[in-house]
Amino acid sequence: MSYLHSIGEYFIMIKGVFGRMTKRSVLKELIFKEIDELILGSLGIVAFLSFFIGGVVALQTALNLNNPLVPKSLIAFAARQSIILEFAPTFISIIMAGKVGSFITSSIGSMRVTEQIDALEVMGVNSLNYLIFPKIIAMLTYPFLIAISMFLGIVGAYVAAVFGGFIVPDQFISGLQDDFVGFQLFYAFFKTFLFAMILATIPAYHGYYMKGGSLEVGKASTTSFVWTSVFIIITNYIVTQLLLS
Amino acid sequence: MIEVKDLHKSFEEEKVLNGINFTFETGKTNLIIGQSGSGKSVLLKCMLGLFKADKGTIEYDGKPYYSISDEEKRELRKEIGMLFQGGALFDSMTVEENVMFPLRMFTKQRKKKDHLDRVNEVLERVNLKDTGKKYPSEISGGMQKRVAIARAIVNRPKYLFCDEPNSGLDPRTATVVDNLIHELTVEYNITTVIITHDMNSVLEIGENIAFLKDGVLQWTGDKDKIFETDNETVTDFVYSSDLFKKVRKAQLHGH
Repeated sequence: MSYLHSIGEYFIMIKGVFGRMTKRSVLKELIFKEIDELILGSLGIVAFLSFFIGGVVALQTALNLNNPLVPKSLIAFAARQSIILEFAPTFISIIMAGKVGSFITSSIGSMRVTEQIDALEVMGVNSLNYLIFPKIIAMLTYPFLIAISMFLGIVGAYVAAVFGGFIVPDQFISGLQDDFVGFQLFYAFFKTFLFAMILATIPAYHGYYMKGGSLEVGKASTTSFVWTSVFIIITNYIVTQLLLS
Repeated sequence: MIEVKDLHKSFEEEKVLNGINFTFETGKTNLIIGQSGSGKSVLLKCMLGLFKADKGTIEYDGKPYYSISDEEKRELRKEIGMLFQGGALFDSMTVEENVMFPLRMFTKQRKKKDHLDRVNEVLERVNLKDTGKKYPSEISGGMQKRVAIARAIVNRPKYLFCDEPNSGLDPRTATVVDNLIHELTVEYNITTVIITHDMNSVLEIGENIAFLKDGVLQWTGDKDKIFETDNETVTDFVYSSDLFKKVRKAQLHGH
């Protein structure tokens, strides 16, 4: 029953988020601030992870390619497919559930504990719109972050494969271009968009409706990470089943 | 003036407010006093619309809060200033931005300079002239309370609600905050509702007092009448304060 209650509460929250809007000039400022905190603030860790994981994917593929009949260009092909289809959109989103998701839950949760949300409500501000709407809009730029992750992942794979002496540059480029299906990019960005919505709203829900003190803020952040990851994985499965199989 | 009529509120089986009737007068500091768990905060939250009462009405200068439209409620809320127990300042904003917040949200005035002039005016009024650029975490608890007061009055509200305004403050700062609230009430001619269990506040600024116990209004009067009451529930509560005992003793000895 409590799950049903939470699902209902979540959708009521979403309705409230798109309810009475905050003044446009204030909203504009909040959106830029959220883009800075949620997206630009994650650029460093995403770039770092993407580059090295891309490199490791290429290394693992190269080290396991023992059959001389299999072309070396498969290293680039395998790196491209795994980075574009799964690593960048899904794996990075789970990392972001820990980084951005926990930040959203704890910042909104702290505001709940210190009565700042009550203060907004008493002033006549739609606190759901004021707090969550800018985060949702900011997360619309999340696909750009994932595009950067894809690019750097492939760069990492190139560096590891070419400078590691497993493949020559031309072979790598040729492998990257082999059997490229544009629809797969659409699939990757479509699910990225869904993940962005999950990353903005589920942590916000856990922060907004939390009860208790500062200890509960920590617990809410952990719960929010678990549920955000679960929903990302389930959504990933459903979207893959619907679009690719 | 705010009139509360026959207000009832329960949480599941527990009755928290049981038929409260009281009039909060304009230009006066109206105090709701009582022990912890007496229903003071619930009454305040019902008056603010954060809780919906099960029965009864709350009228703001004749406007029944529960019957007016959502739009009218929003307009009414713009006339309300609130001082929360912990201040509830937005910690991501500077003092100046905190005080400016209601102006930015609800006034059509677009020039930041005009907002700033008003912010500086109220900050000066609460004796915090040079703290505008600081963050709430960089100032003391008493200063935070005064910033919260400045934010509450910046829009020139008609009603000011204060939830235990001097909790966590030393006696001297608590008196400063009490007196500031009283001065502003008279200066702006607002209806001020204060929740407190601090007997010092009762003696300082108790112009119209409602005493609650177990969700029932037990006594009403002012700070002078509270010494004359023979209501045992009230005397048990107020004379648990040493300060009250001393003041009473001095009165009886004609000092």
